[in-house]
Amino acid sequence: MRWFWYASPQTFFPLAGRIAVGCGMAAAVLGLAGLYIGFFVAPTDAQQGEAYRIIFIHVPAAWMSMFIYLVMAFWAALGLALNTRLSGMMASALAPTGALFTFIALWTGALWGRPTWGTYWVWGDARLMSELILLFLYFGFMALHAAIEDPRRADRAAAVLALVGVVNIPIIYYSVQWWNTLHQGASVSLTRAPTMAATMLAGMLTMALAFWMYSIAAAMLRVRGIIRERGAT
Amino acid sequence: MSDFFAMGGYAWYVWGSYGVTFLCLAIEIVVLLKREAKA
Repeated sequence: MRWFWYASPQTFFPLAGRIAVGCGMAAAVLGLAGLYIGFFVAPTDAQQGEAYRIIFIHVPAAWMSMFIYLVMAFWAALGLALNTRLSGMMASALAPTGALFTFIALWTGALWGRPTWGTYWVWGDARLMSELILLFLYFGFMALHAAIEDPRRADRAAAVLALVGVVNIPIIYYSVQWWNTLHQGASVSLTRAPTMAATMLAGMLTMALAFWMYSIAAAMLRVRGIIRERGAT
Repeated sequence: MSDFFAMGGYAWYVWGSYGVTFLCLAIEIVVLLKREAKA
């Protein structure tokens, strides 16, 4: 791969379009498969009944909310270190989709909390608060970027904010271990066998893949818009 | 069929989650495609 060839916005522009089409189609197929498994293959949960089916969007959305932030911070750091134009554009392209998945994780979490915990929301709960802070970090990134007129300066300022906010990601992830929270621990981990039925896990992972593909497609479409609007084509 | 939509009494929670999620994604897709078509 000629990495530096694609580091220039005008050469990346058509490639971004092709990636968006491919990932968008993959997202649609995986999303339909995930919904089919989630609603028609996975059994009713013994304890939670049908309410647990929220898991098929809640967990993948929460994963994406954190992962997109890490990728955004990676591009921000790269932009600060190498001063490449495309890096800042990539970070800006990821932020709205990251914020969207953060909102979806919070919203579906609230609707899942009501039947299982008896409440939509608890102020002060470590997992809920750190995820809410993540939403504000995305908003802060976008607001700061929008407030600075020169796009290169805006890229750098927003990149610093993104990097400072990275500290929140391990806090979200480990909050269920570090503090007493209503939220349950991780059902899926790389070091332990999953504590859920195989079909439930399959539905969740398929939806997670669909959200991944969706996020890539959305970020690629948005970066095309940014490249065009900055007159870099 | 109506059993399916009733979601064992959890219809508001389950469909409220899925509905808002798809609405969010649909809005983002429309916004992005409009921006793409403007060029």
